[in-house]
Amino acid sequence: MIIQNSPALIPLLLLASAISIPLLAIRKTGIAYVTAAAAAFCAMAISAFNTYRVWESGPITYHFGGWIPPIGIEYVLDPLSAFVTLVVNVVAFVVLCHAGGLKDREITEKATPYYSLVLLLLCGANGMILTGDLFNLYVFLEIFSLAGYGLIGIGEKQAPVASFRYLIMGTIGASFYLLGLGFVYIVTGTLNMADMKTMLPLLYGNPAVTAGLTLIVIGMGIKMALFPLHGWLPDAYTYAPSTSTALIAPIGTKVAAYVILRVLFFVFDVKFVDQTLPVTDLIGWLAAGGILFGSVMAIAQREMKRMLAYSSVAQIGYIGLGIGLANPLGLIGAVLHILNHAFMKGALFLVAANLRKNAGHSDISKLDATYRNRLPWSMAAFTLAALSMIGLPPTAGFFSKWYLALGSIDKGNWVFLVVILLSSLLNAVYFFRVLEKVYLLPPTDPEAGKALPKLARRRAVGQEEYSLMIPTVVLSFSLLLLGLWNANIVKGILQRIIPPGM
Amino acid sequence: MTDPDLYISVLPFYAVIVSLAAVPLILMSTRRANLREFWTLAASLVKFSLVFALLPGALEGRVAVFTFWEISPGIALALKADTLGVFFALIASGLWILTSFYSIGYVRGLDEHKQTRYFASFAVCLSSTMGIAFSANLLSFIFFYEILTIATYPLVIHKETKVAIDAGRKYLVYTLTAGVLLIAAAAWTYRLTGTLEFQAGGLFGDLSLSPSVVTTLFLLFLCGVGVKAGIMPLHSWLPAAMAAPTPVSALLHAVAVVKSGVFGVVRVVGFVFGPELMNQFGLSTMLALCAGVTVIFASLLAFRQDNLKHRLAYSTVGHLSYIVLGAALLSPASLVGGLLHIANHATMKITLFFCAGAIYVAHHKEKISELDGIGRAMPWTMGAFTVGAVGLAGVPPVNGFLSKWQLGLGALQAGEVLPLAILVVSGLLNAGYFAPIVYRAFLKKAAVPYEHGEAAPAMVVPLVFTALLSVLLGLNPDLFFHFYRLANIISGSILGGAGP
Amino acid sequence: MTDILLGHYAYWGIIALLVIGLYGMMFKNNLAKKLIGMTIFQVAIIMFYVASAVKWGATVPILDPAIGAADAAKYISPLQHCLMLTAIVVGVATIGVAFSLVIAIHRRYKTLDESTLLERMKTS
Repeated sequence: MIIQNSPALIPLLLLASAISIPLLAIRKTGIAYVTAAAAAFCAMAISAFNTYRVWESGPITYHFGGWIPPIGIEYVLDPLSAFVTLVVNVVAFVVLCHAGGLKDREITEKATPYYSLVLLLLCGANGMILTGDLFNLYVFLEIFSLAGYGLIGIGEKQAPVASFRYLIMGTIGASFYLLGLGFVYIVTGTLNMADMKTMLPLLYGNPAVTAGLTLIVIGMGIKMALFPLHGWLPDAYTYAPSTSTALIAPIGTKVAAYVILRVLFFVFDVKFVDQTLPVTDLIGWLAAGGILFGSVMAIAQREMKRMLAYSSVAQIGYIGLGIGLANPLGLIGAVLHILNHAFMKGALFLVAANLRKNAGHSDISKLDATYRNRLPWSMAAFTLAALSMIGLPPTAGFFSKWYLALGSIDKGNWVFLVVILLSSLLNAVYFFRVLEKVYLLPPTDPEAGKALPKLARRRAVGQEEYSLMIPTVVLSFSLLLLGLWNANIVKGILQRIIPPGM
Repeated sequence: MTDPDLYISVLPFYAVIVSLAAVPLILMSTRRANLREFWTLAASLVKFSLVFALLPGALEGRVAVFTFWEISPGIALALKADTLGVFFALIASGLWILTSFYSIGYVRGLDEHKQTRYFASFAVCLSSTMGIAFSANLLSFIFFYEILTIATYPLVIHKETKVAIDAGRKYLVYTLTAGVLLIAAAAWTYRLTGTLEFQAGGLFGDLSLSPSVVTTLFLLFLCGVGVKAGIMPLHSWLPAAMAAPTPVSALLHAVAVVKSGVFGVVRVVGFVFGPELMNQFGLSTMLALCAGVTVIFASLLAFRQDNLKHRLAYSTVGHLSYIVLGAALLSPASLVGGLLHIANHATMKITLFFCAGAIYVAHHKEKISELDGIGRAMPWTMGAFTVGAVGLAGVPPVNGFLSKWQLGLGALQAGEVLPLAILVVSGLLNAGYFAPIVYRAFLKKAAVPYEHGEAAPAMVVPLVFTALLSVLLGLNPDLFFHFYRLANIISGSILGGAGP
Repeated sequence: MTDILLGHYAYWGIIALLVIGLYGMMFKNNLAKKLIGMTIFQVAIIMFYVASAVKWGATVPILDPAIGAADAAKYISPLQHCLMLTAIVVGVATIGVAFSLVIAIHRRYKTLDESTLLERMKTS
């Protein structure tokens, strides 16, 4: 019974907890955090279970209200959606574990609504991934976005402005998606993805389909921060509270990338998007531009969070590039990079959060070995995640690059290959700049990390609290495991998601 | 040679992992220096005995294989202790023992900071070097190659001075770029052939390829492994990296890292492309040309260096290209000569670097112009130095002579005279840039009398030992390790695999 | 030509609204005006859906005993209307969040004018 309903379980569970948090936490605000963490944990457990079931016995569908699609709304758990929900929920849970130690500093007095919003955000993300209905997707997209605007707006002084910009851009994106969907709906008369897939081949000559697809891709491109539609991202990531950034950066843009992937390859036809109307080519080239632009801009930044934000623009490019290749290896690379980048960026933003909590800033130009002495484990996590971003084995980052490189060669697109490899080097420039400072610049405060009261030492290494250190380290060190065992992920799950006709 | 006899063994795995396993132990014993050094020494001894245990199999043509698991569908992270791998691993692990003793004397003599990081990075470097030696396929090779790149970085910047940090940057720029090119080359090869397994005689098989593809691919590979091998114009990180502590320069920048590059060249030439393709597309000529130019120019540049370690570095650049030259000529004797030179240059150059380090620790002198009369204060050290220098110039009975002799023979076998000329000229140049040092040390009078004598025994014993080893290997190249036989087997497998 | 213009007059109107909305969002300096533009934009899309549901001579999709359930062509398509009900709710929520952000901005910077705002952000 519960197994049959499992596709719908995660969004509903998250939605229910999100709504109940304000009620539960009327008396004791502490409950808010506990509820949120518990809900995230359950979501993670269910999605792990779902992934296992899909892996073992194939896709599962769930029909809301018992209405049979295409009339009713359908939820689909196939290898792709099961995998992406698992990634999203794992990262979200780890980040939430970390959030417990930060709430005193960044979101004082707002903890209850904050955690409610976090769960809404997750609900939106999971819903977008699981739904098999294109309009339902729009609704979840807006739930996700609205929660996101709130989470960003809670931050520093400039945060509402950044959030407002994101809101304007995000609404344009979502509206474009809706408009495009309208075009496609008018000609097909259905909103169900599977149903639409059977009808579209008859309509590929229709200009409404072309217009609809273009609008959907542009709309989601904004949400995904695909270059040059990324304008909202750096400010939003920089000024948001660290927890929000650590949550939105690994999840937010990936979900939009997932939607593009889903629509292009699972609603439309690979042949159509690749040859008749070369949308994938367009995405690929824009992504390649984004990789270079993002990396170069990241080198120019002084603030760590902003640097990481620009790096996100570049890394989203990898996913876009994989989509743009429109071949199996490219797709594997793109989806694997959704996983890898979620872990890497999660870890890096958590380090930035730890730094802010400890030092009150995350200004790269002020970094020196003091911070390494104070935050030894965070900096180790940063190093490992940075190596993964550069793409050095045995970390996970190497392997997504490897598959993307193979994909580019398969496609015969040498420019993409050069871009992928060049960006490795650019990443090295901006990460080693930080590492050099943290490890090699003599500390301004030689006593840092040494003179600690005994009591504090029990809860902390250096000046790091375990509650902040452990999630960071877990995310970062998982990169080693993900790298070493990536073939299992690829063979077990990713090779099954390749759509027919690719 | 017929198909080698494969057997599954965990020995290669242990040989790789043992120093990695020592890293946590080293890190945990930060506060107890003696215990920490014990771990390093224990790991080095265990590692050497493990590799040594693989030697009999390698001599009989039996190959130990060990597969971890797949790291990309169809490509496993796999180790394969073939003859070439054992050959290289023996040299690196054997010299690590000596370097460990020497390092202890060096860092304690100078009271260096961050010794834990130093020893831990050293151990990781050796692990990855073993991995490189035993890699069964190109992806495993890249895997360990990149780990080596990163593990060496903390050693290059160890002193944390501005010079060291700049050297570290330069090192990263060169090696990371190389790594990226290597990845591109590997990915391309994989798409062309569907395999990355190293195969004596080349892995392209009967695939018909256009000349432009082969040449581009070869250039990518060459840049990929050529940076570590110090082929000009990709060499300039090596002199800069001399900012590292001397034991690092000794083991890594004369043996492990640079030889990994050269080893990579041999792998690429013999096991990826194979003699047939190399000759067919004129790749060997291209490679030989690069190597020849490097040999001469590096020797010339060595003259200009007043810093002892820099002069040694340029000398290393030159001698690495001897090996590349041997690989490029692709005749039986030249391959044997090149391979022997991997071992011989290692023992000689490590002696010289050890001497440079001993001088620095005992007298804080780095420049050649300051070495007047030092031979009287440090007779053992400078004696060993002389042996190494004589050997590098190619004078018998030191082992440098043997490899040069074989290389020369190889050049004649290949029907080329120019390489022979290069060898002779470079021998003279070698003698030219080492002679002044020996002359100053023994025949000039010191302006100020030296306050100390020799460095600590932990440093002097290893360097005398390596000098002795150089002479012994010169008298009998099959001594202990059967380097000569191994080299013959390897050369046979590479060239035999190609012949009809 | 006139056919295209007149035959699709509803769509031309919608396109005009879309353009006005985008213009408002992009080029107006005042944040509140940007939101007005956003609303116009959203409304245009709602109109677009609703317009696509229209059939000449059909009635609202409520079961009418006089027509009966047999002849579906006599009713206009209900689905678009349902979808747009949801979209309107989403739009309202967006405006709500947006205005709360605008209020927060005004509290912190005492202005809603974007160029002034940017200056004040730099100095603070």
